[in-house]
Amino acid sequence: MKDHNYIKHNHDTDGIDRRGFLKCMAWAGTGVLWTVSGGVLASKTLAEISNAGSSLKATDLSFLQISDSHIGFNKAANKDVTETFKIALDRINAMPTPPSFLIHTGDITQLSKPEEFDTFDQILKSCRTKDVFYVPGEHDVLNDGGKMYRERYLKNVQGKGSGWYSFSKNGVHFIGLVNVLDLQAGGLGQIGDEQLVWLEDDVKGLGADTPIVVFAHIPLWTVYPQWGWGTSDSERALGYLKRFGSVTVLNGHIHQVLQKIEGNVTFHTAMSTAFPQPAPGTAQSPGPMTVPAEKLRSLLGLTSVQYKQGNTALAVVDSNLS
Amino acid sequence: MNTLNYRTKIAAILCAVSSVSLFASAGEMANTGTAGASETKIEIKDFAFNPQTITVKSGDKITWINRDEEPHTVVNVEKQFKKSSALDTDQQFTVTAGAPGTYSYYCSVHPKMTGTIIVKG
Repeated sequence: MKDHNYIKHNHDTDGIDRRGFLKCMAWAGTGVLWTVSGGVLASKTLAEISNAGSSLKATDLSFLQISDSHIGFNKAANKDVTETFKIALDRINAMPTPPSFLIHTGDITQLSKPEEFDTFDQILKSCRTKDVFYVPGEHDVLNDGGKMYRERYLKNVQGKGSGWYSFSKNGVHFIGLVNVLDLQAGGLGQIGDEQLVWLEDDVKGLGADTPIVVFAHIPLWTVYPQWGWGTSDSERALGYLKRFGSVTVLNGHIHQVLQKIEGNVTFHTAMSTAFPQPAPGTAQSPGPMTVPAEKLRSLLGLTSVQYKQGNTALAVVDSNLS
Repeated sequence: MNTLNYRTKIAAILCAVSSVSLFASAGEMANTGTAGASETKIEIKDFAFNPQTITVKSGDKITWINRDEEPHTVVNVEKQFKKSSALDTDQQFTVTAGAPGTYSYYCSVHPKMTGTIIVKG
């Protein structure tokens, strides 16, 4: 028996609970924008977004999430992950309004090899947007607890502990968390006590109207624990963020778009630029999913996020590489 | 599965490369007599150790082989034997069973994957 309890559809006629507390989880279509304002979920097409993007004011902000590049992977699910990563960067370079910066939510490499990191860095040079903020995936910290990863990718941030940090841009507070290290037998992703204590302190002085963006590799909500798709102590982390009016949580790891909105928190996972993985519970294991060649690029992609001052939530838009 | 043929083709090359280096760094629970020792294989497939529980004699060799397209590790919970490096597809890791007892291990990349080794004297 497959367990499909992870999906909780709202069966109201318009799919929206207008009474404030909105708890829904659905497959988000590619190229569709989700915004939440006053508990109302609305969607727009990608075309409308690109118009909206051109009218961003100086106080507004747009950034881009890329994830799960898996440089070094060369199996049937995608024999040329460097090529699809390049295509993703081409898409970024072609945007009418370039993003202010990129966020990479982990699994840069397949096997944490220096040459895989080198290839990634080399390809990334073609990207017009130069500022990149990273959090590691489990594939980036395989043999050395993340030492090499930190030396390469945390040079420009004040990384604490195993590499977590925060920064502010245009009034939005960003928090990069590490939840792929010191994992316990039988368990899920883990933030750990030291990092949680830091998080509580990090947000203490912020006003409740400060928009918060949290990014980490493994989802910070329980997507499908049977496959390890969740973080054991994420509840505690989210507890520290409860008082904020707008919290956007961006994750990777599961190589597909899933979204859940709970109160003021929007959880969102991004597509990979390397290969897709099966929907929760639909396969024997969460390993790489091989699809017909002509379909592959429709299942790879990136995520654009826009913040407009005065709006309660950030707009999160996925677009694929086809 | 359409990936099996591909795996078969590359299996020979990878095994040849990996077994040398991994045996060199193979962990040991302890060094004990090897008279009558045998080797038990554990296949890593679909994010699981198969068989999940094995019973061996002290001095026996235990070899894991990764049949997934995803890297996995073998890490003893109590750190009584050396952990493997990340095993890519078709790579192996071998330890020699030491003192009698029950040893729990897991994949540190995918900690939902757990296994048990029971060593008899």
